Amino acid sequence: MNIKILGTGCPKCKTLEKMTREVVEKNRIDATISKVEDIMEIMRYGIMSTPALVVDEKVEIKGRVPSLDEIKKVLMK
Amino acid sequence: MKPNRKIVFPLLLLPVWYLVYQNLQPMTDWLVDSQLGLTKGLHLTETLRFFVFEFPKVMLLLTLIIFFVGIIRTYFTPERTRKALEGKKTFTANVMAATLGIVTPFCSCSAIPLFLGFVESGVPLGVTFSFLIAAPMINEVAIILLYGMFGWKVTVIYIGTGLVIAILAGWVIGLLKLEKWVEPWVYQTHIGESGFEEEKLSFANRINPGYDAVKEIVGKVWIYVALGILVGAWAHGYVPAEFMAALMGKSAWYSIPLSVLIGIPLYSNAAGIVPIVSVLIEKGASLGTALAFMMSVIGLSLPEMVILRKVLKLPLIFTFIGIVGIGIMIVGYLFNYIL
Repeated sequence: MNIKILGTGCPKCKTLEKMTREVVEKNRIDATISKVEDIMEIMRYGIMSTPALVVDEKVEIKGRVPSLDEIKKVLMK
Repeated sequence: MKPNRKIVFPLLLLPVWYLVYQNLQPMTDWLVDSQLGLTKGLHLTETLRFFVFEFPKVMLLLTLIIFFVGIIRTYFTPERTRKALEGKKTFTANVMAATLGIVTPFCSCSAIPLFLGFVESGVPLGVTFSFLIAAPMINEVAIILLYGMFGWKVTVIYIGTGLVIAILAGWVIGLLKLEKWVEPWVYQTHIGESGFEEEKLSFANRINPGYDAVKEIVGKVWIYVALGILVGAWAHGYVPAEFMAALMGKSAWYSIPLSVLIGIPLYSNAAGIVPIVSVLIEKGASLGTALAFMMSVIGLSLPEMVILRKVLKLPLIFTFIGIVGIGIMIVGYLFNYIL
């Protein structure tokens, strides 16, 4: 699984990255996590509010920091 | 919590909230006068009374309203706002953009993707500015604080004049055709299709964002509220009345441009500045001057300009500050003149 966290470096984006890593580790999900900070790259996903969670190139969550449970749900489906 | 319980719980809290809110003054007096046994009229007593009354009052209002704003905002996403603005005639679009700026969730860290998203989908530059001016200046925290400390009249004046400034400033920027001062890469950015389907939320599921908003916003601003009211309470008790009259009163014409200038680098959110402004007025500052100062502090912030510098060239940033600044000054003079 390929997970991307989109965000220009605001505190919320860092929180989302940390939480995602936590969920991946805890549930032993086989995934590579990368942080996308380049704004032009971020815009390719067509979002207007950061942070966003992208799984296998699909935007799953955007504009807010979800709960750990919600991240888990998104990653385990 | 189960969805139904999520709806019932706040409904049960509502009467409790109302009772506490209605009885804050007697409760404050009881605590300050009979429990602590302080002498009425002393500087310290009145400072304490001010804080013990105002802080819980503002926090109660904040919690309640932010909760509902959190729910309401699930209906307004930046994407929807953009869609609503596409293909509208300029002036109408300016009005819509400014109005939507109040309700659409906005934080300055999202200003860049939002700006790109708007401009790329063909929303004119001036209309985008109407949004970017209204969004930070007229936000829910400012509105609640104003209502709590000044009452509804000043709140309506603030919202109304803020909207007019955002609409007209955006409209003027549009007329000036300043697209040449937008960084060229903005127009080269390709915006992809997100393929993100807006979740269709049931009402019960829109309650959660209400709780989240309270946790996030109240959790962040309470300290500014406390600090602002603390400074306000101190000034209320210790600074002589009419102290500000010479400096920020009606007769001091230069105080308006000065207040606007000082307000730009002063970066505080509404939560901190409103209590201080309320005391400025109590001590003799005129409403127009105080209003101008507040708008400048909240609406024109240095950090936001630094962020916008990524997409805008300096001349456009200065034009933006200039036009909004002039708008704020006009509002200030207008209210000093008519009130």
